[in-house]
Amino acid sequence: MGSRASTLLREEEIEEIKKETGFSHSQITRLYSRFTSLDKGENGTLSREDFQRIPELAINPLGDRIINAFFPEGEDQVNFRGFMRTLAHFRPIEDNEKNKDPIASEPLNSRSNKLLFAFRLYDLDRDDKISRDELLQVLRMMVGVNISDEQLGSIADRTIQEADQNGDNSISFNEFIKVGNVYILYIDIDIDI
Amino acid sequence: LLLLLDFNPFDNLLCILLGISFTVWFTLLLVFIIVPAIFGVSFGIRRLYMKTLLKIFEWATHRIERGAKDNNHLLYKPYSNAIIAKEPTSLEEEINEIRRRGSNRDLDSASEFEMSDIFYFCRRGVESIMDDEVTKRFSAEELESWNLLTRSNYNFQHISLRLTVLWGLGVVIRYGFLLPLRVTLAFTGVGLLVVLTSIIGFLPNGRMKNFLSEQVHLMCYRICVRALTAIITYHDSENKPKNGGICVANHTSPIDVIILASDGCYAMVGQIHGGLMGVIQKSMVKACPHIWFERSEVKDRHLVAKRLSDHVEDTTKLPILIFPEGTCINNTSVMMFKKGSFEIGSTVYPVAIKYDPRFGDAFWNSSQFGMVNYLLRMMSSWAIVCSVWYLPPMTREEGEDAVKFASRVKAAIARQGGLVDLLWDGGLKRGKVKDTFKEEQQKLYSKMLVGTQEDRSRS
Repeated sequence: MGSRASTLLREEEIEEIKKETGFSHSQITRLYSRFTSLDKGENGTLSREDFQRIPELAINPLGDRIINAFFPEGEDQVNFRGFMRTLAHFRPIEDNEKNKDPIASEPLNSRSNKLLFAFRLYDLDRDDKISRDELLQVLRMMVGVNISDEQLGSIADRTIQEADQNGDNSISFNEFIKVGNVYILYIDIDIDI
Repeated sequence: LLLLLDFNPFDNLLCILLGISFTVWFTLLLVFIIVPAIFGVSFGIRRLYMKTLLKIFEWATHRIERGAKDNNHLLYKPYSNAIIAKEPTSLEEEINEIRRRGSNRDLDSASEFEMSDIFYFCRRGVESIMDDEVTKRFSAEELESWNLLTRSNYNFQHISLRLTVLWGLGVVIRYGFLLPLRVTLAFTGVGLLVVLTSIIGFLPNGRMKNFLSEQVHLMCYRICVRALTAIITYHDSENKPKNGGICVANHTSPIDVIILASDGCYAMVGQIHGGLMGVIQKSMVKACPHIWFERSEVKDRHLVAKRLSDHVEDTTKLPILIFPEGTCINNTSVMMFKKGSFEIGSTVYPVAIKYDPRFGDAFWNSSQFGMVNYLLRMMSSWAIVCSVWYLPPMTREEGEDAVKFASRVKAAIARQGGLVDLLWDGGLKRGKVKDTFKEEQQKLYSKMLVGTQEDRSRS
């Protein structure tokens, strides 16, 4: 007893997160319980080890990259706000959001932000280009030891050839959008509370 | 007595009152608890107690919810419920589904790799961050209703005077009355077990010894059951394990042993401990053959298997009781069964144990509490309510290996107990998941990429 009750979220915080991410009240409290249960050190932040303790994530070939996406540049801990900000990318786009005021800042779960999230899984050095090496790295993570270097190399070359339009032998974000735009809604996750 | 008369007459009265109350206390104890335990009958007091408690809990939960609504507080929602609907599709199906969405092309001429393939892994990964099947099995199940124990309540703020008074009364009853009573009973039960089994050990081996040993074991376990105020409902007793068989059950706490052994006689399996446990184990084995291993012998799988199969071959010996999960799980799921006991080749009698969490959580989180702390928590709960189902016996079928047999038994137990059937190993409580699982995923995905190339070279 005790520690849980005292770390309940304050109303103001919930409102702020709601505005920033678009999650509902009950979704936020539910994800907060999830956050605290993952936080073994009980210090209000999650480390990479906390994520790796989830078996289903540990066996995911892209697990490490996904975990990385939660941590801002160079940091080792993520707090609840940061946690929610990242999860917000996976929230489905609702109809009433499509007609929102265009001057207001783009919601975290807009199509372009979703695509940016996926793009950043490839683009490790954040130079806004997916180079052949970066593509190979991700491919290697997904196939393990089962495909030879040459075969993987030719797959990478073919992919870049198909997507690259300005001939710089790498895939920029705009080129990625053309490839990925159609599929992007697949990553939406419905949280049913 | 003459000396007492010299003192203040009030003191005298006090002594007499104390004397009378102790006598009454022990007589009640004897009549209502110990004697029925010896003969295996019950007055039904515990069930009445259970029904009363349930009504009180309902009221308490209502009161909290109403109070929270009135004051606009936020109620802590238990997080053990699944929030994402996961369809049981395979990796290949899902990735093809993504590719199909993106194009009208025939799948035959689809390229081997699409950049969108990462979306599958990405989504699965984030889903598991939001909610996964495994990590929640290693902590106590959380409930929506409140059972007047602060340890299981996360919304405890001062809602109403009546509720706080009720809770306070609960504390007094549990720690002032129930706990001492239960501790006394526990010591009685364990003490009798040690003493009587040692005495029986002196008898020559034979029918008389076995009969007496069974009666003594049953009686002492029944006293222990009352020491925990355990209210157990046994179902399908016609399927009770018989000699020469192995009884397997899902594991939630050390209390599982007491629950099963108070309704039937089993040969226990385990490691010899030091201290009080060791004393109990050594005296138990004098009366009837239990299987205790030295610490060093436990690692030797062949030795373990040999001793177990020798035991089951002797039909005069009692059925063995084993918990194949190897560790305590929180009673919402059944995790991987270790195949050792299923390799022996005798009849397996599966048993499902489901605790009712409303009265007190029975799960032993060994990383959080030690054994003594855990037992004290159990004895200061309201009651332990559980159901036991004896499932029909199962044997290994032709061509079925031990692993498949183990999963079949596990599925039957999970179905009966209303528990989730998981493939994951209970060992994940403490250890990391094996890399082979990730390699499996990688192999499946590689087949998708390379398989297409093989088809191409063929055509």
